[in-house]
This record gives sequence, C-alpha cells and structure tokens, in this order.
Amino acid sequence: MKRTYLLKGLDCANCAAKMERKVSAIDGVTAAHVNFLTTKMTLEGEEARMDELAKKAEAAVKSVDPDVEVKRIG
Amino acid sequence: MKKNLWRIGVSAAFFLAGIFVPADPHWLSLLLELTAYAVIGWDVVWKALRNIVRGQVFDENFLMALASIGAFFVGEYSEAVAVMLFYQVGELFQHYAVEKSRRSIGELMDIRPDTATRLQGDEAVAVDPFEVHPGDRILVRPGERVPLDGVVEKGTSLLDTSALTGESVPRTVEEGQEILSGCVNQTGVLTVRVTKEFGESTVSRILDLVENASEKKSKREAFITRFAAVYTPIVVIAAVLLAAVPPLLVPGQLFGDWLYRALTFLVVSCPCALVISVPLSFFGGIGGASRMGVLVKGGNYLEALSHAQIAVFDKTGTLTRGVFAVQQITAVNGQENRLLALAASAESRSTHPIAQSLQAYAAGRSPAPAPDTVEEIAGRGVCAVIGGKTVRVGSRAMMEENGLLPEHAPEDPSGTVVHVAEDGQYLGWIQIRDQTKDGAKDAMAALKRTGVEKTVMLTGDNERTAREVAGELGLDAAYAQLLPDGKVRQVEALLQEKRGNGTLLFVGDGMNDAPVLARADVGIAMGALGSDAAIEAADVVLMNDDLSRLPRAIRLARRTLRIANQNIVFALAVKVAVLVLSALGLANMWFAVFADVGVAVLAICNALRALRAPT
Repeated sequence: MKRTYLLKGLDCANCAAKMERKVSAIDGVTAAHVNFLTTKMTLEGEEARMDELAKKAEAAVKSVDPDVEVKRIG
Repeated sequence: MKKNLWRIGVSAAFFLAGIFVPADPHWLSLLLELTAYAVIGWDVVWKALRNIVRGQVFDENFLMALASIGAFFVGEYSEAVAVMLFYQVGELFQHYAVEKSRRSIGELMDIRPDTATRLQGDEAVAVDPFEVHPGDRILVRPGERVPLDGVVEKGTSLLDTSALTGESVPRTVEEGQEILSGCVNQTGVLTVRVTKEFGESTVSRILDLVENASEKKSKREAFITRFAAVYTPIVVIAAVLLAAVPPLLVPGQLFGDWLYRALTFLVVSCPCALVISVPLSFFGGIGGASRMGVLVKGGNYLEALSHAQIAVFDKTGTLTRGVFAVQQITAVNGQENRLLALAASAESRSTHPIAQSLQAYAAGRSPAPAPDTVEEIAGRGVCAVIGGKTVRVGSRAMMEENGLLPEHAPEDPSGTVVHVAEDGQYLGWIQIRDQTKDGAKDAMAALKRTGVEKTVMLTGDNERTAREVAGELGLDAAYAQLLPDGKVRQVEALLQEKRGNGTLLFVGDGMNDAPVLARADVGIAMGALGSDAAIEAADVVLMNDDLSRLPRAIRLARRTLRIANQNIVFALAVKVAVLVLSALGLANMWFAVFADVGVAVLAICNALRALRAPT
C-alpha cells in the first residue's frame, strides 16, 4: 500500500535526504522517498499498519525540521 | 523574501558602521557588530538551539551558529557577522534558485486538467475530474485540455498532442476514435464517452511516471546520498582535531588561531550543493526528455542510455512500418483467388500485421469464408479448419514440419512469403513486403554519430528480407528467423559483447517483446502512446513512432550526466580546496561561506540547463 504526502515548507535538500533515511528506517516501512523538488513524500508499507506508520513517518519528518507541514494527498 | 532583504540591509548597515567606527573605545564596535549579528542571525541560532534539544546536532543552523559565535570569542567580530550575513544572502539566492527550478518543473507538469465538463441530461456541469467515471459523457470545448481518456461520440476536431508526444503537428479526431487525456482540443466541440478513471487516464499515468522517476536513483545520486551521510561528521571531527591537536603538540602554536581555522571548517561542512544539484540535474533531464515525448522511468535509465553501446531493434513495427502489402500470389494449380481467400480466412482472427495485409488485400477480391476453428502456432503461422478441411498458412518451416515441400516456391524469395496448404496438399505462396519507416535510415546514422558502436536487427522473418532491410538502413548486423525465445537468447549473446560500462538498448513495440525488454539494460518501447502494457513493460517509452527521438534522447542523457558530473566535481573541488587552505590558515571565513552557499547556487543554475530539450 502506497501513500503520498505533501511536505509543505521543505526548503533544505540535506534535510530531505535525512528525512528519507529516517522514514525508510522505520520498522514496517518497505519503501520511502522524499523528493525535494516536488516536496512530496511517498510511503509504502503493510496496509493494516499504514495509519501507525504514517504517524511515525510524520514524527520523523518533524524531528528533522519541525516547521514542515505534512499533508496527505494520495 | 522582502522581509529578508530588509534584514540583510539593516544588518549590513550596522556591520559597516562597526567596521568604520574608531577602534577605541573597544565596546562601541562590539556593540554595533552584536546588533548586526542579532538582526541577521537570531533565527539561525534559535533553530540551532531547538534542534540540539531534539537531538539533531550536525545540521546547518548549528554549524553556522557555532562558527559565528566561535568567531566572536576569538575576537573576530566583523568576521562573525560577515559569515552570517553571507550565509543569509546565499540562502536567499539558493531559495530563489530552488523556487525557480520548482516552477520550471511545475510548468512541465502543468498538463494535469483541473476540471472536467460532465454532461448531465442537457446540462453541462464543471466537476473535479476525479468525480467522472467510465461511461459518463464529457464535453471538451476548443482550447480545453482533454481531462480523461475516452472515445469521441460527437464532433470532429484537431488535437494538439505535443504535451504527450512532443509532436507539433496536430492530429484529427472524429466520431468513434479514441481520445487521450492531456491533448489540447483546438478547433471543434467534442462529446466524449469516458472509458477510464482519472487516475488511470494517460495524463495521470505520465505525470506519475515522471514524478516517481526520481525514486529509481542513478549511481551518482546514490553516491551523493551515501557521501552526504558521512561527509558532515567527518568534517566536524576533523575540525575538532584541528582545534585541539596542533596547539597541544606543537609548541608556540596559539589555540585561537587553530580554533579559527577549525571554525572555518565547520562552515563548509554542509553537502547542500551536491544534495540539491545532482538530483535536480537528473530530474531536469527526465523532465526535458518528457517534453520531447520520451518518458524515462528513472535516473538509472538515463545513466544507462548515456552509455549506449549496442542498439538492438525489433524489425516489424520498429524499423519497418509494419504495414504489409501483398506483392505477388503464386498458386501451384493456378487458382490464385482461392488461395488468397483461404489464407485470408485462416488469418481472419489474427491481428498480426501480415494477417491484416492479407485480409485487406482479400477484401473485395475474393470473399473469405468464415473458418470453423483457428489455432495459432507461435512463430510458425496458423492452422485452421475451413469448410471441414485443414488449412495451414505460415512459414516454410511450418510446411516442412508437416511433410509439405513447397518445391516450386522460390528458395530464398525477397520479402516475406506465406505458404498455404489444404488437407496435406501444398497450394502455393503469397509474397508480402514490409516497408522501412521514413527517417529510420537517418536515425540509424544519427545513433552512430552519438557513439553507438553497433546496431542490430532481430526478426522472425527470413534471412533475405532481414539482409535487405539491414542493408537499406545501414545496420551492422541482422539476425533472422528468430522465435520469441530466440530473440531473448540473441540479446543475451549480444550482452556478452559489451565492454566497460557500455549498455545494450533494445527497441521494440512493447507488445510482444516484454521478455526481451526486460533482459536488455534499457528496454525501450516505441509508438507506445495509449498502450498501457507497453508503457508498463519498458524502461524508456518513446511516445510516438519517430525513431529520431532515440538519438536525441541519448544526447540528452549524455548532457544530463555531464551536468551532474560537472556539479559533483566542481562542488567537491571547491570544498576540498577551502578545507585545505583553511587548515593551512590561508582561507578566511568569507571564503568558506562562498564555498558553501555560492557553490550551491552555481550548481543549481547549472543543473537547470538539463531541463531544456535538445534539438
């Protein structure tokens, strides 16, 4: 199951790389990508755990840059 | 943006004042510089503190705060402010450059329609395209973008397909024809019956492909990601050692001097220039390619395209038009019309180009009876029962396998020959010819000029046809009479011929050659607009039928790689140079700030060149 998020206010490329590393490392996430240019994050994981994983991913994003807003778009 | 400009102006005024006031009393210039620093640097220091609390140590803010505050302690007041000032100016530029690239990409992606006009009874209502479902009718007025895939029910018009194909010549559509989302309706009002959900429609699929292409990282991107993860810690550790070791070990060395050098290290410790510009180059390259109707599904494929060494083509539908024409019918017993009718009848359920040419030729000349049963024999032909008799239509090999010797047929005829037999009796043959595509020859020559060393054709046709087509197009090699699995084996053999980091491309129509597409380094489907299966199977998709896009795509891939390499080399060289110079005490912090943000801005500007499609 794949979800897409918009990361509003993502303005540092190195942070985007860090977020990708952190989110990918979450247990249960099978693939995660943070695209600095489109400011989109895609998250893939087990369907049943998606809500939990999404929460953890948002926390990981915020830990790198608390000013970034995470909004689901697909 | 404007607020930041003001901040920079105010801070710069205090900064200059602090420099030009008399050095005595000492507190006056310190006060002025501290004010300048507070104006320009408060947010950086605040973010640094906040991130330390959260356990994020090596971030940009922390490093800049540490370097500048450190400079205050070493007594370099103006330097401390200058660092922060330059950093903010650089950030401003960088911000602008990133915004600009995001806008360029946005424009590129600006083919997604916002609304669809749905017909509800007599009313036309504007709705979100997501709310339109297959079976609904929509209205597309002149000037509007077609929002969903469908079939034209009413009206004729010219369509601008350039957003999908890069092709500037408009196409006509009329009732009953398929229409693809993403095209712009130019002249007439069209009523379209929707056949696909918005998410499944061509425009959405193409945008998804381009946006998600960055997930498949090139080797260079992967290297940068790994490099960025270790670079900052290494530079910071080196800075600590630089501050501590020489003053302790070498007598007469001042701690203050070495601390200043160490702080300069910190300023260049962010890998930002690389982390932004290399993915941006690839993204730009993929975007530029899509603008000319070439979808590249990942940075890794762009990289592989640029190293193209062997290009392998399927013949029919790729190098040749796949439009066959019957040239000659030879019946052993003189009954040409009957021979044609049987062949057309046996092939009547096949969509193979040869079958279609037979049907087209037979229509109106000799009415074909409907077959009772038809069985396809892969790579050989068909075996049908017509009027209770077994009719075999296919290759010479098929005839021979069934003990039928087409004695009188030419041994090695030019063109494709279809043999026909009825109830174990050989009836004769039909000679068919396929024509090479316009521009195929030029495209092959252009490929050679871009540096492709070998061009190869694979075909199920006979030797003679293969040799003729290969000769006409100037190909290096042609392998004939290959069944589908034979094509895979041939590609595997050719893969052995590659040298160094050279790659093998396979170009086919993407319909019947999925295993070969998968086996090649880069599987390319051409003329794939509207064919989901082909778009799915290939790594690179040429949206229209134009072979000249292939050498252009290779040139674009080369240029993208060149830009990415320039950025990597330039950014690393400047950073290393500044690190070495500052360790030796030859570079000051101003220099280091340039190495940090200045390089990032230049690299982004360079990367933006990749967005332009080459001619």
